[in-house]
Amino acid sequence: MNSKPYVREVSKTTWFLSHPRYKRYMAREVTCIFIFAYTFLLIAALGALANGQEAFDAFVLGLGGPLGVLFNVVVLIATVYHSLSWFVVTPQAMPIQMGEEFVAGHIIVNAHYGAWAVVSLIILFWGM
Amino acid sequence: MSELQQRQIQLEVLRYNPETDTAPRYQTYSVPCLEEWVVLDALNYIKDHLDPTLSYRWSCHMAVCGSCGMMVNGEPKLACKAFIHEYKEGQIKVEPMANFPIERDLVTSVEDFITKLASVKPYLIPKEDKPVSAGEFKQTPAELKKFKQYTLCINCMLCYAACPQYALVPEFLGPAAISMAHRYNQDSRDGGRDQRQEVIASDEGVWECSFVGACSEVCPKHVDPAGALQQIKVASTIDWYKEHLMPWMKK
Repeated sequence: MNSKPYVREVSKTTWFLSHPRYKRYMAREVTCIFIFAYTFLLIAALGALANGQEAFDAFVLGLGGPLGVLFNVVVLIATVYHSLSWFVVTPQAMPIQMGEEFVAGHIIVNAHYGAWAVVSLIILFWGM
Repeated sequence: MSELQQRQIQLEVLRYNPETDTAPRYQTYSVPCLEEWVVLDALNYIKDHLDPTLSYRWSCHMAVCGSCGMMVNGEPKLACKAFIHEYKEGQIKVEPMANFPIERDLVTSVEDFITKLASVKPYLIPKEDKPVSAGEFKQTPAELKKFKQYTLCINCMLCYAACPQYALVPEFLGPAAISMAHRYNQDSRDGGRDQRQEVIASDEGVWECSFVGACSEVCPKHVDPAGALQQIKVASTIDWYKEHLMPWMKK
């Protein structure tokens, strides 16, 4: 046995820069921070609502300003990226075997897109 | 028949001699490669014609034995499956598998993986003992298909070389060992899941995995270890809910 095997150190902070697939992974993980930030906006909305009609109207009016729109657009883009990056890996996490064969991966992914579209439409028309 | 195309390739090989070196160093070899060659052929050419001291592992030359795993241009590859014609530039960088200690040149120390693989009991643990005279354990084609893909693992460890989680947390049981546990858990003849759960559903088991998915991308046999790990997470989570929310469901 060799008494002196050489161990290559891996940087704890910059390891993900070494390969595009690690950067893609970090992009998926980092985009969840925007979703986290959006939950604070929802809490603030609840707070405004608790303070009465006037406070809530002012809050909604504020959201319509440039900063509010910018924040929402950025969060939307990040959320869509985050969601899609998870949708594409769903067949790996939840394979479905029917009879002998496994259901094709793209059917499972498309089912997620379908469910997403249906839920989005329901929410959209619910509020109208 | 047309003559085989030949191309001069600069093979930049990471070398390490534990007796004389304090750190690895690159050595470049100029190799007259045929376009049909794989990187392993080029290494064999070096060994036979240029430098007999170069050390590396190989055996079957057909992606079955799993011995010749190494980093080719930074990507975990079987040297016998990395075709020269896929590398358009005249230079190819060859390094020992990432995330493993280097023994010598391209040879890495694999004890850690062997120990982890053994710890998941990668063999059939029958539900009940049955004498040979009672006949075989029967299985339908659908039951076979359920785990077949995981039997294709050749223990080449490329998934460990690709896994950043293993790089950062060496205690992580890792993709191949856990996939092998999943292979037996999914087998209708097996009854050993409870014994394996203790190891694979631990913090150092599936919960160390954050689904980077690199293991499945580099797997030369399309085993999809990342899939196996996520499926174990789902099953373990269901176990937890059964135990805590429906204790009467306990086996």
